[in-house]
Amino acid sequence: MRRKFPQLVCGLIGLLLFVVYFSRHPIASSINETVTREYWQIVFAFALLVGVVSFAKINLQGIERGEDRLYRIISLVGLISMPVLALIWGIGTGSPFMWVFDNVQVPMQSTVFALLAFFVASASLRGFRARSGPAFILLLAAMVALISRSDVGDLMSARFSDFAEWIRSNPSMSARRAILIGIGLGSLTTSLRVLLGLERTWLGKESK
Amino acid sequence: MSLVSAVLISTAWIDPDRLPVLICGLVAIGIVLYTTFWRRGQERARMREIPGLKAVEEAIGRATEMARPILYTPGWGGDIQRPTTIASLNILSHVADKTAQYDCQLVYPTHDPVIMTVAQEVVRESYARAGCEDRFREDDIRYVSSSQFGYAAAVDGLISRLQPASIFLLGTFEAESLILAETGNSVGAIQIAGTDSTIQLSFFIVACDYTLIGEELFAASGYLSGDASILASVRAQDSLKVLIVVFLVLATIWATIAPDSSWWRF
Repeated sequence: MRRKFPQLVCGLIGLLLFVVYFSRHPIASSINETVTREYWQIVFAFALLVGVVSFAKINLQGIERGEDRLYRIISLVGLISMPVLALIWGIGTGSPFMWVFDNVQVPMQSTVFALLAFFVASASLRGFRARSGPAFILLLAAMVALISRSDVGDLMSARFSDFAEWIRSNPSMSARRAILIGIGLGSLTTSLRVLLGLERTWLGKESK
Repeated sequence: MSLVSAVLISTAWIDPDRLPVLICGLVAIGIVLYTTFWRRGQERARMREIPGLKAVEEAIGRATEMARPILYTPGWGGDIQRPTTIASLNILSHVADKTAQYDCQLVYPTHDPVIMTVAQEVVRESYARAGCEDRFREDDIRYVSSSQFGYAAAVDGLISRLQPASIFLLGTFEAESLILAETGNSVGAIQIAGTDSTIQLSFFIVACDYTLIGEELFAASGYLSGDASILASVRAQDSLKVLIVVFLVLATIWATIAPDSSWWRF
């Protein structure tokens, strides 16, 4: 029963959502909206609570053991202070919540994102080595794409940009679409396996 | 058009814009059901070797020998409703089976508390199956942050501190993919990656040791478990692929002969 009931609910809701997707009747739209938005938000809110409790528990245990104590305290202060600031002063422009968001969270996120530039450079150095014929062609295509998108590309002939665009929209797009077809079919069969109850890993599988 | 379909469309129960998708969807579902339930007992399906999945054992063995943990993360882009996340959880179950047997630590940071809860259940069951439930540590399957770069920074921090011997990046990844893969590379971990994002695949191919491309991620469950039903559904994928190729060839020939035709554009 512990597995049968969730499986049954999953199958029925899946079938219902499949049917309403192909309908434009107001009742179908309303069911779609209720299940995919409202129910999902309720489920997520409860799950978020579980996540926050887990986060707090792990960090409190870390503080007790003396592991990275300062960082863990900062994490917990951040976790508690943001909802408190939002509850007391709101989240409008000029509120303390927005000040912390704009001056602490956004710069930290930008810093992590900026790391990407360095990682792209180091990964390219390893990836674009002409060790074989296909690797050499890949290197050439990458160089053409890079140059066409930079300021140097603007100074070159229009035919160069056209050639770069041709690479992007023909050989590159063909390979991408082939992968996308495989992903689409894989998603379809995985979803069907879940709805039919053939795939039960998400329930934790059965113990032998 | 039959009377029934005319009535259904006129009362707006069926969206005519989505009718071709519905027909194609029903054909695809029919083929999957036929292959899965009718033909699975008639012939034994065989799957080609997938290097990324073959390397799973090697990655777990390496971590066990080095007495270092394994880090497994499903990426920031997906939630539990996404088939990629389900496919990733299937592989997690297999990895957890092995880590339980070899007594190797498995760390699973995620951005989504729902995925965290499901993953905890999957790993707990794997440890119970292996008869070593006492080795299961709930705190190793943890929620870190819902913010994209908060998640990337947290997983980066874990990789730098724990120095895992093996890293599994399987799920839906966005801009954080290369940040994680390069950090994993810098600590010398063996990395197995797979995602449904074609843009991030190129980053994984460059930075990781093994990459599951497109459908390989979805076929993993059948490959690793050898389950006849799942293998049969993978075979259905191949049949659908043949149909699509036939359609593409026909449409190409038709468009070449009659450039103004448009029946195939739906």
